[in-house]
Amino acid sequence: MSFDLETAAAPAGLRRVAIDPVSRVEGHGKVTILLDAQNRVQQVRLHIVEFRGFEKFIEGRPYWEVPVMVQRLCGICPVSHHLAAAKAMDRVLGAHPVTPTAEKLRRLMHYGQVMQSHALHFFHLSSPDLLFGFDSDVNLRNIVGVIRAHPDIAKKGVMLRKFGQEVIRVTAGKRVHGTGAVPGGMNKHLSIADRDLLLRDADQMVEWAGDAVTIAKQLHAQNPALYDSFGSFRSNMLSLVRADGAMDLYDGVIRARDASGKIFLDGASDQSYLDLMEEEVRPWTYMKFPHLKSLGRDVGWYRVGPLARVQNCDFIPSPLAEAERREFIAWGRGEPVHATLAYHWARMIEVLHSMEVIRDLLADPELLDGDLMTTGERTGTGVGIIEAPRGTLIHDYRVGDDDLVTMCNLIVSTTHNNQAMNEAVRSVARQFLDGRELTEGLLNHIEIAIRAYDPCLSCATHALGRMPLDVVLQGPDGTLVDHVLRSPEGELVRNLAAPVGLPA
Amino acid sequence: MSTSTATPDASFTLDGEDVPFRPGETILQAAQRAGHYVPHLCWHPEFHPHGSCRVCTVKVNGRAGAACTVQAAAGLAVESSTDELNAHRKTLLQMLFVEGNHFCPSCEKSGNCLLQATAYEAGMEGPHFEEFYPDRPVDASHPDILLDFDRCILCELCVRASADVDGRNIFAIAGHGIDTHLVVNSPSGKLGDTDMTLADRAASICPVGVILPKRRGFAVPIGERRYDVKTVAEPGNQEAS
Ligand code: SF4
Repeated sequence: MSFDLETAAAPAGLRRVAIDPVSRVEGHGKVTILLDAQNRVQQVRLHIVEFRGFEKFIEGRPYWEVPVMVQRLCGICPVSHHLAAAKAMDRVLGAHPVTPTAEKLRRLMHYGQVMQSHALHFFHLSSPDLLFGFDSDVNLRNIVGVIRAHPDIAKKGVMLRKFGQEVIRVTAGKRVHGTGAVPGGMNKHLSIADRDLLLRDADQMVEWAGDAVTIAKQLHAQNPALYDSFGSFRSNMLSLVRADGAMDLYDGVIRARDASGKIFLDGASDQSYLDLMEEEVRPWTYMKFPHLKSLGRDVGWYRVGPLARVQNCDFIPSPLAEAERREFIAWGRGEPVHATLAYHWARMIEVLHSMEVIRDLLADPELLDGDLMTTGERTGTGVGIIEAPRGTLIHDYRVGDDDLVTMCNLIVSTTHNNQAMNEAVRSVARQFLDGRELTEGLLNHIEIAIRAYDPCLSCATHALGRMPLDVVLQGPDGTLVDHVLRSPEGELVRNLAAPVGLPA
Repeated sequence: MSTSTATPDASFTLDGEDVPFRPGETILQAAQRAGHYVPHLCWHPEFHPHGSCRVCTVKVNGRAGAACTVQAAAGLAVESSTDELNAHRKTLLQMLFVEGNHFCPSCEKSGNCLLQATAYEAGMEGPHFEEFYPDRPVDASHPDILLDFDRCILCELCVRASADVDGRNIFAIAGHGIDTHLVVNSPSGKLGDTDMTLADRAASICPVGVILPKRRGFAVPIGERRYDVKTVAEPGNQEAS
């Protein structure tokens, strides 16, 4: 079976449209759309060019280097990789559980990471589209435009992100490429000076995080028709939860709900992920498609990330975020919320929860002293799963007696959401592109759907709202019909002579 | 090394400043004793000068020479911190970086590394040249010591330490020109087949991240490392520990 719009029934006579982001830092995406003569969408595929081969890079390296090295995997959430690898290496050394002090310090670091990444994702990368409209002037549609039109919102976003970065710095040693978590624990305590510095602003940040939820919520309330339908589709949802069902972004057991909200998988150990999941390779893209083995590839795929987490848990263990979760659940009127744009709302609820957790941890004296390291009987294998900002992140290692990594398997959030992002793009194409002329605004709709899940696919240059695009129209016989380039300045230029980007 | 006292007029000038010296001292020894910093990598006070890294190149009465090998002499005019010489040093450092695989952010030597600290001090901001990306597998055969040849700068300090101090001759340099590389003197070529121990001088002398005690990694946090606290130009911090 194929998914609707994944493969056109009769591709021979269709025109091909490729949306090809030209410059990228890490994994980048390209969308190809096949249209028939009436401009009706017949096939939509999101191709994510993943930075594969990183596993091979890690194999042969000493295990203690890995938690630092894997931070190269992502420019937005390096700390998630740092901690997932450290958790896996704890298991490799048999140093599990780590000491309470070490776990709390890691949690502080992680919730700081979630906060800064979510703030960047929402305020810097997504709010321009949401505040100004999907078809708004491309020259306004960026964070600079937000700063001009909504200085208050922009300021809160910038300050929340900065606070998250400071939390990372005081626990990891540096804002980027820190070294705080080591196999078996942590290498430093929180200093009293750093604690005091952060505590001073913590209450203010909790308040602003609450405002951020309000902004996201109001966007839905103002235009429910658009927000509920845009890129919407039904799916399973998967995440870690704490053993008692609470939201937990650092550690827990695997739980999944079906599209109607019924829990069908619960309490599964993170160490057994390979018994639960498998990854399917499809010929048209490098990125694999994970799904739950028990359900198979057609119905076993799922969504991860804020939308899944907020609805998968039974409650959020901090009062302000829990109240917001209840409001969010009520929006679904007894059904799970499946809207793609609701990711942003759920994301802001997590910012609020993260900020409540950070504030409480800062008041905990156990972060200032106490044992940092655990030792144990070495097992040589270990899995580390963490809820990274964009979703469930899996690191799996085997280490030889000579201390070198012999096997490494990573499943990143983007891969978990591969099918989901394809579905979101198809949904948008169905709703907005059918039978219409392609314009910059319409192409932006596709990007908005992708960006609700994953800023990395559009982060490099679109941080300023100006993601360069390469759009190619091909006739049924493969000849070039049209070639539209969107420059970094947002201008559309038709240039038949320019070299075409990646082959579709 | 001579310890006799200097005669009052036994001095040379370094960038215009008088530097007294003791008979038998090199320019580098005298300059360092007087509190000056002449950048260097392969020189170490415990060992005979090697003169291979050329980072300490100075101009002596207008002629280029390695400060670690040129004997101090009364009345010499030595130039070290000039724009021209500093630019040459930076180029030498950049070449050392691209010849190996130096990704400092994930290197456990970062913050304790003489090459990195010297590059910072020289104001090096990027590699400038195209990277070689050599393929040199690590040697993890020894139970306590890891060898990561990717970061070797061929300073031969380990060769000298193992031969002169430890009396074991575990390391040697083999090959020529661009193929010059560090090797282990054992039947298999593996460190695990030698009698090296963590207590050997050769185990602690490496100024970069080649010879590493296993399982230590990032135990010392960033911010508390050697060159986080004091720059390489400060006395007592100018060469490998
Ligand atoms: S050995 Fe020094 S210069 Fe090389 S990667 Fe390590 S820290 Fe950087």
